[in-house]
Amino acid sequence: MVSANTKMGLVFFPAFDWAISPTHPEREERLLFTQDQVFEEGLLDFDGIIEYKPELATIQDIQRVHFCVPDELSVITESHLVSAGGAITVGTRVVEKKVERGFALVRPPGHHAMRVVHGGRGFCNINIEAMMIEYLRKTFGIGRVAIVDTDCHHGDGTQDIYWHDPDTLFISVHQDGRTLYPGSGFLHEMGGPTAAGTTINLPLPPRTSEEGFLYVLENAILPMLDDFKPDLVVNSAGQDNHYTDPITNMSFSAHGYAELTRRLKADVAVLEGGYSIEGALPYVNVGIIMAMAGLDYSAVREPDYQPDKIRQGSQVTSAIEEMVAEALEVWRQGPEIRARNLKKNHYAERDRHIFYDTDHIMENQRELLHLCPDCAGTLVIDSSADTGHRIYAVHIPRKACGDCVKAGYDFYERAETRLYNSVIMQDRTTDKYLVRK
Amino acid sequence: MIIGLDVGGTHTDAVLIGDGSIMRQVKVPTEHANLFECVWSALEQVTRDVRPEKIRRAVLSTTLTTNAIAEQKMAPTGMIVSAGPGVNPELFRTGPHYFCVSGSIDHRGREVQGLDKTEIRRVAARLNSEGVRHVGVVSKFSVRNPKHETWIAEILGDSFDKIVLGHRLSGNLNFPRRIATAYLNAAIFGIHKQFFEAVRESLDRRGLRIPIFILKADGGTISFESSIDFPGQTILSGPAASVMGALPFAALDRDTLVLDIGGTTTDMAVLVRRSPLLEPLGGEIGGFKTLIRSLRTKSIGLGGDSVVRAVEGELQIGPDRLGKAMAYGGPAPTPTDALYVLGMGRGGDAEASRRGLTPIATQIGTSLEEAANRIFDLTCQKILAASAEMIETINSKPVYTVKEILSGYKVEPREILVLGGPAPHFARHLARITRLCVQAVPQWHVANAIGAALAKTTSEVALFADTEIGYAYAPEDDFIKQIGSDFTMRGAVELAFDLLRKKHIKAGAAESEMDIEIIEQAEFNMVRGFSKAGKNIRVKVQVKPGLIPSYHEVLGGIGDYCALPGSI
Ligand SMILES: [Zn+2]
Ligand SMILES: [Zn+2]
Repeated sequence: MVSANTKMGLVFFPAFDWAISPTHPEREERLLFTQDQVFEEGLLDFDGIIEYKPELATIQDIQRVHFCVPDELSVITESHLVSAGGAITVGTRVVEKKVERGFALVRPPGHHAMRVVHGGRGFCNINIEAMMIEYLRKTFGIGRVAIVDTDCHHGDGTQDIYWHDPDTLFISVHQDGRTLYPGSGFLHEMGGPTAAGTTINLPLPPRTSEEGFLYVLENAILPMLDDFKPDLVVNSAGQDNHYTDPITNMSFSAHGYAELTRRLKADVAVLEGGYSIEGALPYVNVGIIMAMAGLDYSAVREPDYQPDKIRQGSQVTSAIEEMVAEALEVWRQGPEIRARNLKKNHYAERDRHIFYDTDHIMENQRELLHLCPDCAGTLVIDSSADTGHRIYAVHIPRKACGDCVKAGYDFYERAETRLYNSVIMQDRTTDKYLVRK
Repeated sequence: MIIGLDVGGTHTDAVLIGDGSIMRQVKVPTEHANLFECVWSALEQVTRDVRPEKIRRAVLSTTLTTNAIAEQKMAPTGMIVSAGPGVNPELFRTGPHYFCVSGSIDHRGREVQGLDKTEIRRVAARLNSEGVRHVGVVSKFSVRNPKHETWIAEILGDSFDKIVLGHRLSGNLNFPRRIATAYLNAAIFGIHKQFFEAVRESLDRRGLRIPIFILKADGGTISFESSIDFPGQTILSGPAASVMGALPFAALDRDTLVLDIGGTTTDMAVLVRRSPLLEPLGGEIGGFKTLIRSLRTKSIGLGGDSVVRAVEGELQIGPDRLGKAMAYGGPAPTPTDALYVLGMGRGGDAEASRRGLTPIATQIGTSLEEAANRIFDLTCQKILAASAEMIETINSKPVYTVKEILSGYKVEPREILVLGGPAPHFARHLARITRLCVQAVPQWHVANAIGAALAKTTSEVALFADTEIGYAYAPEDDFIKQIGSDFTMRGAVELAFDLLRKKHIKAGAAESEMDIEIIEQAEFNMVRGFSKAGKNIRVKVQVKPGLIPSYHEVLGGIGDYCALPGSI
C-alpha cells in the first residue's frame, strides 16, 4: 500500500449541482475533471491522505465575520455553507492534530467577500477562510494567523476583513491591479492605522512564471512569516495564475503550484479561483495534494506544458525584484507607523465605494475606527447600497479592552434605528451578534 | 433443487434445498492443501442418489482464489503499465515482472502521447524469456479510451496464455486499483480455470450435467463459464455467502446489521432495507485495493476461539487465536469456554473450560461465574463497538452535491442478525445489551451454504458519453459507439440497460432475475468560451443484488431441517 509522508486531510466538495449561471466560470463542471484526475491517480486510497465529509457551516459562523444585508440567508445559498463548512472541517482536523495539513478543495470561493455583504462580488458571497479562522480562534483559542493568498486576483475581501487586525497577517500575491479585477492590491495598501504592515500586497506583472512566484515566496513571504511567527498559516490557494487560465494573464504551472505548496508549508489550504477547468485544475490540484502529502510530484505536468514557452522575460524579473524590495520596506515600517498613528489620533475614518460585479450592486461605506493603544479598537460601519438597504454596524474585536467594549455598546445603543434597516452589534469578546430594527 | 456449497476456514458445508426445506446437509473438514477433494467430496455426498435432472443449479463459494492471493501462490504475472504524467507508477509495482512504458491519455480520453511499439515488443520478449505466461495491461484513463491497452494486447499477440486488459474490469476511475485488479485477475486465471474444469469434469463423469455458478464478492452469482475470463470476481465470496444467508431474514423496511461470529474473527455487514451495501470502489485483499465489486464487510480479530487473558487485572480478548477452545482440547481459555462455564455449551468438556478460566477469575478478583459473564459481555460489547465504528464510517462517506449533503441518508440498523458457531447465545446477550431486535439466523450453522444457493446473478454496466468528442463507451463491455451532439441522458440510460440485459443473460441469469435499476446518473454541460460545447454523461446501472425470485418457494419452512431417507 502506498503511503503519504505527511498525513493530510482533504475535503473535496465540487458542488456538482450548483452554479452562478449555466455558462458562468463558477459552474457545475468546474471541478469535474479535477475529480476525474484525483480519482484516477488513486490519491484518496493513499495511506495518510484522509478524505473528510464537509460539515455545514452555521449562520453563527457567518455572523462571527460578516454583516450580511438584509440578512444571511438572503445573500447565500446552501452551497456556501458547505464550502465554508468544508474549510472549517479541514481546519479543525489540523488544529486537533488528526492530520498535519489540510486542503479544502471546495467551491464556491470566498476571498472577494468583505466584512459587509450586500451580495456577490468576484464570484464570492461569504469569506470561507475568514469563517474558518474565526471559528478556530473561538473554538481552540488560536491567536496569530497568517493568510497567504496566492489567487491571481487580489484578495480584497480577506484584506478588508483583516484590515484593522494586527494579529492577522494578510499577504496577497496577485496580478497587478492595473491589469485585472478587482483593480486593487497595491503596495501602499498596508492595513489600517493600528494594523499597518500586517496587510502586505505583492502585485506581479502579467506573464510572471514559476521563477517569479518562487522569488517572491523566498524573498518576501517566507521572511515575513518567519518574523510574524503565526500559530496557523492559511493558503488561499487560487489556481488562476495558470498559463491556460481564460480570465487572467499569468504563466504559472502545475509544477510551480506544487513547488510553492511544498515550500510554503501552509497548515491549511483553501481553494479559491481557477477557471482553466480542463487544462490546469486537474494537474494543479493533484500537484498540491501530493506536495501537501509529502509525495514526489516531479512527474505532475500538464499535457501541453513547455517551460521554455512560458518563461518570464527579464523585464518581468526586474519588476518583481523592485516590487519585493519595496514590500520589504513596507514590512519594516509597519510597527513605526502604528506607533505614530496611535500618538496622533483618536479616530480614523475611511470612505469607500464598493462594486459588487457578480450581483451588480453599488455600496457606499463610511468606516470609523476608535484608535486604542490597548486593543485593535472598536469599528463602526455605516453602509448603504443601491438596493435601498442601509445598516449601521458595530464590530468589537476579539481582544477588545473594557473601554472599547463599552464604546461599542454606546455606539450600538445610540444609533437611530429610523435611519437604518438594521443596527447591528458584532461583539467578538462574547461571540454575540445582536440586531436592532 | 439447488445445491449451495460454502468452503469455510474449518468446514465445508453443502446443502441441497428444495420444496421449501433443506433436504440434505453435508459437512466435511476443509483441507486447504486439497480443496478439490473436499469440494468434490461434499458435492458427491450432497448429490448422492439424487436424480440429476432434478437439480437446477449448484452455486459454489470457495476460498480457492482468496487463499491463492493471501498465500501468494499465484502464477508469475507480467504487468505492462502506461501511466504518462502524474503519480510515479513505480509506486504500484506488483512484483518483479512489472514494466512501465510510454504513452499517455488524458481525463477526456484524448491521446497525449502515443505508444512506442518497439518498447512494447522489447517488454514482450523479456516476459517471454522470463517464462511469464500471464500478463496484465493497464493504461491510465483506459476507462475513457481503451486504445492503448488494446494496441498493447495486439502487439503482444498470442504469445501468452492470458492477457487481462484493465478497462474490462471496472468502469471506475482508479489507476492503482486497476493495476492491482488486472494483476490479480491474470495471476489467478490458471488456478481458477483448472479447478472448476476439474469440478465440471468430475460432475460430468458422474452424469451430473448441472449448471455451475460461482458466488462473487458482491453477493451475486455468475456462471462458471463466464467467470473464466475474470476470476477476480470470485475472491472474498466467504463473507458474501454469510451476508446472503442472512438476507432472507432481514426486514424490508429498515436497516440490518449482520454479524458472522466465527472462531477467529467476526465479520460484519450492513443491509439497507434488505439490500447489502457495497464497497464504494471495490474490495481489498492481500494488501491490494481492487476494483472488484464487493460487499462492504468489516472483519475484527475477535471470535469464539480468541484468547482470553487478564492483563494487570483487566480482561483482554483476542485478537489472536491459539487453537480451539479448551472445552474442545485447545490450549488457552476463550469466549467459547466462558459459554461452557455459563452452562451454554454442548458436547465439549465444561470441566476443561472451568480449569482454564479459574486463573483468570483469580487475577481479576471475581468468582468464576462472574468472570465468564464478563468475558462474554466484553466480547459482545467489543463487537458492537466495532459495528458502530463501521456504521459511522459508512455515514461519513463524502458526497459531492449540495442535494446529497442536505438530504443524506443515514444508515441506522434497527435489528441484528447473527450467524456462525454460537449464534443463539450471542443473539440472546446482544438483545439484552442493545435496544435492537436481535435474532440468530435460522439454520445459522449452514446459513452460508444456503446464502450461496439462493443468491441471484448480478451484473453492472458503467456507461460514459462525451458528445463533444462524440462517443459513448462502456469499458467493461468493450462497447464503443459514435454519438451525435443530440445524444441525451435518456439515450444513455437506454443504451446502458440494453448492455446490461445482454450481459446478464450471458452471465447465466434467467429473464425473471432482470430486476434492473440506475445506481448513478450525472450529466454536465461542458462550456467553452461562453457557449455549450457538449454534454458529459455518466450512468451506472445494475441488476439489484439479492435472492433468486423463487427463494420463497425454495425457502418455505427452512427453519425446519428435515433429514431425508436415502433416496429421493
Ligand atoms: Zn481569482
Ligand atoms: Zn481598546
